[in-house]
Amino acid sequence: MRLYALAVYAFLYLPIGIIALFSFSAGRSASSMQGFSLQWYGRALNNPFVMEALWTSVRVAFLSALLATLVGTMAALALTGMRGRMRATFDLLVQIAVMIPGIVIGIATLIALVSVFGLVNPWLEAATGWKLSLGAGSLIGAHGLFTMSLVVLLVRGRMETLDPALIEASNDLGATPFGTFRQVTLPQILPAILAGFLLAFTFSFDDFIIAFFVAGAETTLPIYVFSSIRRGVTPEINAIGTMVMAASLTVLIVAQLLLRRSQAQQRR
Amino acid sequence: MLDGYADAGNTMTQDHDMTQSPTDTRQTVAEFVGATKRFGEVLAADRIDLRIRRGEFLSFLGPSGCGKTTALRMLAGFESPTEGEVLIDGREVGGMPAYRRPVNMVFQHYALFPHMTVAENVGYGLRQRRPRLPKHEIADRVIRALATVRLDDFAQRRIWELSGGQQQRVALARAIINEPKILLLDEPMAALDAKLRGEMQRELLDLQRSLGITFVLVTHDQEEALSMSDRICIMGHGRIIQVGTPQDLYDRPRSRYVADFVGKANIVEGQIAARHSGWAQAALGNGVHVLVQDEPDDTRTHVDIAIRPEALSLVRRSDPTPAATAALPAMVTHRTFLGDHTEYLLTAEGIGTLQVNAPRAAERVAGGHDVGAYVHVLWPEQTGLVLAADS
Ligand SMILES: Nc1ncnc2c1ncn2[C@@H]1O[C@H](COP(=O)(O)OP(=O)(O)OP(=O)(O)O)[C@@H](O)[C@H]1O
Ligand SMILES: [Mg+2]
Repeated sequence: MRLYALAVYAFLYLPIGIIALFSFSAGRSASSMQGFSLQWYGRALNNPFVMEALWTSVRVAFLSALLATLVGTMAALALTGMRGRMRATFDLLVQIAVMIPGIVIGIATLIALVSVFGLVNPWLEAATGWKLSLGAGSLIGAHGLFTMSLVVLLVRGRMETLDPALIEASNDLGATPFGTFRQVTLPQILPAILAGFLLAFTFSFDDFIIAFFVAGAETTLPIYVFSSIRRGVTPEINAIGTMVMAASLTVLIVAQLLLRRSQAQQRR
Repeated sequence: MLDGYADAGNTMTQDHDMTQSPTDTRQTVAEFVGATKRFGEVLAADRIDLRIRRGEFLSFLGPSGCGKTTALRMLAGFESPTEGEVLIDGREVGGMPAYRRPVNMVFQHYALFPHMTVAENVGYGLRQRRPRLPKHEIADRVIRALATVRLDDFAQRRIWELSGGQQQRVALARAIINEPKILLLDEPMAALDAKLRGEMQRELLDLQRSLGITFVLVTHDQEEALSMSDRICIMGHGRIIQVGTPQDLYDRPRSRYVADFVGKANIVEGQIAARHSGWAQAALGNGVHVLVQDEPDDTRTHVDIAIRPEALSLVRRSDPTPAATAALPAMVTHRTFLGDHTEYLLTAEGIGTLQVNAPRAAERVAGGHDVGAYVHVLWPEQTGLVLAADS
C-alpha cells in the first residue's frame, strides 16, 4: 500500500522534478543533465520576449483577479442574504461554473465575444472610428468570469461560519449597516477574500487553454512557452517553467495560510 | 384564561406590593402593548402586555422556547412585532432599527469582536456616535468602564486570551459604556460554571444598583431570577403568565404553572366547604379541613391547593397536634438528607404524594423519621393557596 502510494506520487511529481532539475543543466539539451549552472535562468530573464510575455501575464492575472474578487465578493454577500430556492439555484450555478472544463469556457467565451463584437463593432466604428477586438481585455474578462466562482465559494464558506451575533452586536452598539460591514464583516472575511484573490491570480497566471482561445494577439507566458516548444524544447523553457511553478506554489501556499488563519479565527 | 393576569389591573395590585422598593417615582421606561410575534406557524410571543419601570431589575423567566428571547429581541430591535406595539420612553419603536435604539444587549455567548482588543471592543459603541466624540474622551470612558468591571489591566488583551468570566465582563463593559436606557441580558450566565455564576450575579446586582440603569434579564434559572430581580415576568407558550416580585410569585402563585416553576410546591385537590373574604375552608381528599387563601371572586367548589414543602412539618402519630393546624396521616417513602434540610416524600391517605422539607435545626431537637414510619404531616392554617384553573 505504501509502495503503491509512493509510485503514484513519483508518477505525479517526477516529471516536474526532472524539469526543475534539468533547468539547472549547463548543457544545451533539455532532456539530460550536464553539469550545473544558472545560465538558462539568466537567458530567460534577459530574453525580451519572455519578459514581455511575463509582464502581460502578470497584468492580466492581477486585473482579472481584481475583477473576480470584487464581483465574487459582492455575489457572495448577496447570496448570504438569500434563502430558499433562489439560493439553491445560484449555489448550483456557482458550483457548476467551477467544474466546467477550461476548453468549454474558452470556446464559449470566444463565440460569445466574437458575436458581440460582430454586433457592436460596425455601429461603434461608425461612431468613434474604433472597434473592439480580442486581446488583453477579453482575456481579463474570461479569466475574471471563471475565477469569480472560486471567490464566491471561498467567501461564501467564510460568511457561513461568521457568528450572526457579531453583526447583531455591532448593530446594537449603534453601527449603521454599512458601518457594521466595514468594521465587523469585512475584517472577518478579509483573509478569505485575499485567498480568493490569490487563487484567482494563480489560475489566470497559469492558464493556457482559455488564453489560447481569447487572447487574440496577446502573448501570455504559457502561450509563449507553448509556441517555443514547437520550435524545440530548450533548458530555457525548463527554467521558465520552474520559475512559473515556484511563483504559483508560493502564492498558493500564502492563500492556504490565509484560509487556515481565518478558520483558526472563527474557532476562537 | 391566564393572560388576564398580566393586565393593567394586576399591575396596580403589584404597585401596591412594591412599597418597600427603593425608588418612589417609578415611571415606565418601556412598554409592550399587545405585542405579538409570529415566525410562520410558530407564535413566539402572544399578545404581550407589560410595563417596564425605570431603574428596575426585571427578569423574564420560563422554560425553553417560551418566547423570552423573542420578547427581549423586540426591545433590542432585532425583531419587530407582527402585531401590537413596543414603546421605549413613550415612543413607538416598531420601525426603528436596532442601531438607533437607546438600549444595549449582553449576548448569551458575548459576541465580542475577535479581531479587536478588549479596549477596542469596549469603545466600539462610542466610536459609532455622530458627531464623533474626541479620541481622548473615548479612551477615558473605556478606562472607566473597564475599571467598573474590574478589568483595568486587560485593555490591550485579545479576546481569546480571556477566561469566560472575563469575556462576560468585557461584554458588560461594552454595553454599559453607552449608558443605555435599558440593558438587555440574554442568559448571560448560562455559559459560566456554578461558582463563577454566583459571583457574577452579585457583581451584576451591584452594578445595577450603582448605575441605576434598567436591567432586563432573560433566564430559565428560577434561583437566578428570584435572587436578582425586583420583578419577575413568568412566561409560557409565548404569553405572560404572571408578573410580580419574587416574594409575591413565591407566596401567591396564581396558577399551577407558576407554583411549579417558582420553587417546589405540593398541589392537592380540595372541596370548598365555606368562603369568607379571601379565605376558604377546604376539605382535602382524606376529609380533613384546612383554611387556605383564595381569590375573593372565586366561585368554584373543586379546586387545586398549593402548599410549599417547607410550610409543612412532620411529627410522630403519638405526638399532640398544635392549635390551628391540620394533621394528615401519612407514611414516609423517601428521605434525602441535604445538609441544611431533609427532604421527605410521603404518601398521605386520600391525598397522594407530599413533599416535606424539615430544617436541620428542627430535626436536631425532635429527631428525624425513617422510611416506612407512620407520621402526621402538619398543615398550619392559612399557609395553603387556592390556584386559579390553568388554561
Ligand atoms: N428566527 C426564528 N425563526 C423561526 N422560529 C423562531 C425564531 N426565533 C424563535 N423562534 C421560535 O419561537 C419560539 C420562542 O423562541 P425564543 O427564542 O423566544 O424562546 P426562549 O424562551 O428564549 O427559549 P430558550 O430558553 O431556549 O432560549 C420557539 O418555538 C422558537 O423555535
Ligand atoms: Mg432564549
